[in-house]
Amino acid sequence: MPDGLTLNKITSQKGIGITEAARRVADLGWTPSYVKEAMSFPTDYKISKAPRDPMKQVLRSYFPMQEEKDNRVYGALDAALRGDMFRNVEPRWIEWMKLFLAIIPFPEISAARSMATLGQLAPGDDLRTGFTMQMIDEFRHSTIQMNLKKWYMENYIDPAGFDITEKAFGKCYATTIGRQFGEAFLTGDAITASNIYLQVVAETAFTNTLFVAMPSEAARNGDYALPTVFLSVQSDESRHIGNGHSMLMSVLKEPDNHLLLERDIRYSFWQNHMIVDAAIGTIIEYGTKHRDKNKESYAELWHRWIFEDYYRTYLLPLEKYGIKIHHDDVHEAFDSIVKKNYVHKIAQFFSAGWWANFWRIEAMTERDFEWFESKYPGWYDQFGIWWENYAKLSKPGSVPITFADTGYVYPHRCWSSLVPCVIREDFTTDEVDGELFTYASEVDRWTHKEAFAAEYQGRPTPAMGRFSGRRQWEEVYDGWDLADAIQDMGFVRPDGKTLVAQPHLSFEEKDMWTLDHVRGHTIRSPLLALREMTPQQRQAHVDEYRKGFKIRRV
Amino acid sequence: MTMQETTTASAAAGAKVFPGSDSRRYNYFEPKGRKATHYEDVTVDVQPDPERYLLQNWIISFGDGTPTYSKDWTALKCADWHGYRAPDQEWERTHYQRQSTIVGMIQNVVENARRAGAPQRFDKAWVAVLQNHVGAFKHAEYGLGTALMRAQRYGYTQMVNNAILTNASYKLRFAQDLTLYLAEVGSDIGGFDLDAGKAHWLDDPIWQPCREAVEHIRAAIDFLEQYFAVNLVFEPLVGELFRSGFVMQVAAAQNDFSTPSVISAAEADYERNLANAVELFALLLRDPAHGEDNRTMLQSWFTHHGGLAVKAALQLQPLWSLPRVKAASFADAFERARGRVAAIGREIGIDADLPALPPVEVGQPAAAVTDAAAE
Repeated sequence: MPDGLTLNKITSQKGIGITEAARRVADLGWTPSYVKEAMSFPTDYKISKAPRDPMKQVLRSYFPMQEEKDNRVYGALDAALRGDMFRNVEPRWIEWMKLFLAIIPFPEISAARSMATLGQLAPGDDLRTGFTMQMIDEFRHSTIQMNLKKWYMENYIDPAGFDITEKAFGKCYATTIGRQFGEAFLTGDAITASNIYLQVVAETAFTNTLFVAMPSEAARNGDYALPTVFLSVQSDESRHIGNGHSMLMSVLKEPDNHLLLERDIRYSFWQNHMIVDAAIGTIIEYGTKHRDKNKESYAELWHRWIFEDYYRTYLLPLEKYGIKIHHDDVHEAFDSIVKKNYVHKIAQFFSAGWWANFWRIEAMTERDFEWFESKYPGWYDQFGIWWENYAKLSKPGSVPITFADTGYVYPHRCWSSLVPCVIREDFTTDEVDGELFTYASEVDRWTHKEAFAAEYQGRPTPAMGRFSGRRQWEEVYDGWDLADAIQDMGFVRPDGKTLVAQPHLSFEEKDMWTLDHVRGHTIRSPLLALREMTPQQRQAHVDEYRKGFKIRRV
Repeated sequence: MTMQETTTASAAAGAKVFPGSDSRRYNYFEPKGRKATHYEDVTVDVQPDPERYLLQNWIISFGDGTPTYSKDWTALKCADWHGYRAPDQEWERTHYQRQSTIVGMIQNVVENARRAGAPQRFDKAWVAVLQNHVGAFKHAEYGLGTALMRAQRYGYTQMVNNAILTNASYKLRFAQDLTLYLAEVGSDIGGFDLDAGKAHWLDDPIWQPCREAVEHIRAAIDFLEQYFAVNLVFEPLVGELFRSGFVMQVAAAQNDFSTPSVISAAEADYERNLANAVELFALLLRDPAHGEDNRTMLQSWFTHHGGLAVKAALQLQPLWSLPRVKAASFADAFERARGRVAAIGREIGIDADLPALPPVEVGQPAAAVTDAAAE
């Protein structure tokens, strides 16, 4: 056989190029003439330019590629078991997966649903394959994550919390925050939700911390499963980022859209920061046992992924199209992490309410203190005594730390992001439709009062979403005894008395808290209490709240 | 001693016994069978519901107050939407495995056919059928796929929505399969016009009732009307009629063994999608409180979409005359489609009996037959 001639070259057929294939596939669409399709997804945006498909993919190359990715994922899970991963994994880490994996499948499948929206709204059919792939990707992510969670449940020492996962997702005070995130992908103005909030901000910016930074920390804690699954998930995200950018470029073409884009990028960036940084920042910094001072802190990761990669190379260039970018918000978000201890205060909050969780949180130790102090100078002074108290009060029979005399003030909850208002000096209130609400910051207040309204800067915005439901968990259980609320949520182990949550990682039955240990304490909604005050009392309360608190040693 | 010092050496299952240490199954839903299937574990309750565990209800609404998911998005009612399980039990892994297998099968068939020079031996009259009419039909598949892609947003449970999602995925893949198949075999056949299919879809009178039927499905607001019209009406009356009743039966006699293989994938897809759809609609008709109202609604949808689909099917009749070797008759194919749709109707509990074709006299123009049957 002559040099360079292979069997493949002899037998292969001349195919059509990928550009031609994508063009042919895009030509499948047509404009209906018998019946006009009703636009069932509301938007206040105008979109006239058809978005282009930057990836030029077709489904026949997509399915085998995804199957191959799956084979690697499931092979790796088998290998992890054969390698006895759970002998060496850090329980501190896996416990947080009970929270994370309870939340994330819902936002994923919400993203799948939202491709219905974009598929219908986008003029032309060029990007339909991109949206189709994203729809199937998100179906992949949701079910692959449910599978991973089942795998943890079957193989990790303490399955409690995994076993009630989707029920817990609907009931927990912390997963409310994740529901705000997921519902925001598919409710309200279709472009706001599915293009800007989901694709342009969540997927383009924050999946880097969610699906790249977090798996790295998992591996440091002996968990090879999470990186295997989530890096595979992240490999799909580049396609979604491309879809989002292409759609954004279509939306940008219409000058009438610019005001709405400014609104939506502002709302989406800030709320993604509030939600993702609260959850993922806490899991990465407080769910780890790995305290190598050479590794990046969450603040450093944020600067690299969000500030440098996203803000400087993605958001800033939008200004040349005439979109106002709120630089001050980006700087403020970063400052909240590096100067205002946002992540540490959220972790403190999660631990303050440990009894209402469906996962365990163990106390930070001297080794942790040292790392935090080196990465966040001044950390011990603000948080060290809290965690020492937490360790002391982790034995059953102690006063639950929320009710101990530590000086901690249970936080108000932000009506917009549903994250507690932990940066006390930024706390603010306002009235909407004659009712008082609390907010973590000025941007959160603006989000509720101005962005999520029927009119924005004099322009009617009937398609914009509204905040609804019983948004504050504390309001649902106001006046309830802790034990009754925990029982009502179903966060009790199969023996009917031992709590799923524990403030430690001891697996000895004698160390585990039961309903009786928490009975006798009452949940109060800070918002309801605030609404009952006179205007003078309210002002005094807000002033006092903004001053913050100093933790005392118990 | 603090709690940190009491932790155990291994974090593997069974390393310690304590309350809950053996609770290793998702325990918040009732499996359909004795034991939860893998599909149920990764699917059930991922989309929450205020009636089950969504303590705080949906926390964002649309501008008009409609919540993130609403039962009002379909006219059909159900006492327990959570009772539905898709018989094909698909989750991501099985979906990719199946889709990927189909892609590989088609690629092998097409490569082997082309390597053997098969497309050049296709009968010339048949090449025109592929170019103009299989080329037109790919747009129908695409239209159904886009309708289903929209519909998968609206179901009240994850099980309903995921079944519609995979249905959309199958339809859109098949539309692309046909597109790329025709482009590839067409490149081996001189003068094959790849744009002709769309022109026929848009303008050929043979295809206009079909396009009309598909456009009505795309324009339906009720997502379950779309799902019903695709799988219980259009597919048996038009989709299978064209795919099995025409292409798969006729192609071999025109020296074409590859097109039936490509088309066969869609037939297998449909069997699964039909099973999923029948299960859902049968559940809705069995509903003790709403079954009768649901039956009335489905019957009216059947009347509407069935009328359009019959018209579309009858208008396709001239296609059976185009191949040089007449290996199948339209009358037989339509009779099978009529029997099929009636059987599906019986399965779920609606009357889907359609009138038989009037006897056709040799030489009678197709339009006359169409008018008679559509009446």
